[in-house]
Amino acid sequence: MKLSDRVLKVRSKNAGPFWVTIDIFCGSPAAYAEVVSRLPTETVARLYATEMQLVKRFDIADLNVVKFSIPRPVIQGAAADRDMHGAQWAHLLAETEL
Amino acid sequence: MKTRVLVPSGVLGLGFNRDALARGLSLNPDIIAIDGGSTDSGPFSLGAGQSKYSRAASKAEWRDLMVARAQAGVPLVIGTAGTCGADATVDWMYDITCELAAELGQKLRVARLYSSQPAARVIAALEAGKITPLTPAPDIGAQALRDMTNIVALAGAEQIQAALDTGAQIIIAGRTTDTATIAALPLRRGAHPGAAWHGAKIAECGALCSTNPTSGVIVVDFDDTGFTVEAMHETALCTPHSVSAHMLYENTDPFVLYEPGGYLDVRQARYTALDDRRVRVEGSEWVPGRYTVKLEGARIAGYQTTIMAVLRDAHYAAHAQAWVDKLTAFLTVEIQRRMDLAPTDYQMEFRLIGVNGALGPLENRTGTPVEVGVLGIVTAQTQAIAAEIGKLINPFVLHYPLTEDEELPTFAFPYSPATTDRGALYEFALNHVMELASPMEAFRIEVTEVGA
Repeated sequence: MKLSDRVLKVRSKNAGPFWVTIDIFCGSPAAYAEVVSRLPTETVARLYATEMQLVKRFDIADLNVVKFSIPRPVIQGAAADRDMHGAQWAHLLAETEL
Repeated sequence: MKTRVLVPSGVLGLGFNRDALARGLSLNPDIIAIDGGSTDSGPFSLGAGQSKYSRAASKAEWRDLMVARAQAGVPLVIGTAGTCGADATVDWMYDITCELAAELGQKLRVARLYSSQPAARVIAALEAGKITPLTPAPDIGAQALRDMTNIVALAGAEQIQAALDTGAQIIIAGRTTDTATIAALPLRRGAHPGAAWHGAKIAECGALCSTNPTSGVIVVDFDDTGFTVEAMHETALCTPHSVSAHMLYENTDPFVLYEPGGYLDVRQARYTALDDRRVRVEGSEWVPGRYTVKLEGARIAGYQTTIMAVLRDAHYAAHAQAWVDKLTAFLTVEIQRRMDLAPTDYQMEFRLIGVNGALGPLENRTGTPVEVGVLGIVTAQTQAIAAEIGKLINPFVLHYPLTEDEELPTFAFPYSPATTDRGALYEFALNHVMELASPMEAFRIEVTEVGA
């Protein structure tokens, strides 16, 4: 099952020019518990080709949200940047098998 | 003392609901505060010192807000004027304000808060050990700082308070933090500091903290124990979920927010529904620290020319990557031979739209596209060189064959000329903070009387 089949929404956006942040809105305590237990931080680091220790993770039970923040591999707007707002990054994670 | 702040929308130029604004005004706010920018659209605005929003749209909305201000008889503040908050865009906003004052017959005292930083000041601070890199930060030195086309420092509440102290009815601020224009007056009047910064963060994107984000207008009441937030449009509801979830938005850390002079910690915040449209928040904490301001800077990283071709031929669409690899190798030799340029003298990249245009090497989905857009991007030290490379590669991007024994293909060019000169490519070059001895050390205020 893909992550997007289990949760309400996965979104991503720049958090300033040097970071991208990804929010998973799970929608229910059950879905939240499943995401927390079945989505290791390693998966996110691998998907976005970044080092594990640079990934910030927040499991927020009050909101049924799991949040990841990742340093941009390419600074926003640099010659090699392909997504100025970082909003299409979310789909890579949304399509991941849980 | 209670302080009521009206926030018309997340940014000037994005629009707001007129009825919601009227309702907000009927509640007698103490100040109207709106943001004018962000780094969200990329480095161009700061690099070039230009607003990304149209002058006409900005003027039309600012007219409504100047009329609202006159009606309410309270200060109107815009932060990060003209998208980037450089001195040039503060002056751009000031020109608009002067025109409107004349058109509306308003006589006004206007304060301009300037945030641009001369390179010499930042170089001196760097040499004095007053500059600290954040993570991740580009390397900087004196030459890199001199090469930047614009450097700005993000003002906090203290600089906005200094502008308010001039008695100005309108404050046009250069680069500020997203929250400073909203937090300044409540802090000055003794509001709980944790609540002032937290409420400002919740309000900085207007009604994005409600169930109807595009309606724009919200009102926040600050007092000495917390804050209460309400959206003004009748269909926009603030709920504990919509309000607390806003801390996630464009934040690397949803619980901690750094500001000049300290940080906000919302881990202990409690969000309570007062009714079905208002939320009360208490328990956020302000932790004072060193007085530092964040710096933003941009520099020119080259000049670009682009070219676009569409491969509809199924064979080419299926082998697009092999085609651009072969084309790139061929063109690298041709550019060396005809222009005497080594591959290190320029950059040439072909992106495959329909294959991995948005994600590049991170893309893990494959499929058979109907067609593939090939976006060629040339970056060189001058526009003339980039344009010349563009003209040189143009016929090959149109006709280059995958195999030698086939008839020359011709791909689809969507327009003529096929190349587009994009001008300067700017890049963000600072992610640092600068320590100040006093908040106004790196900022200046000018006050003028304008209008009829």
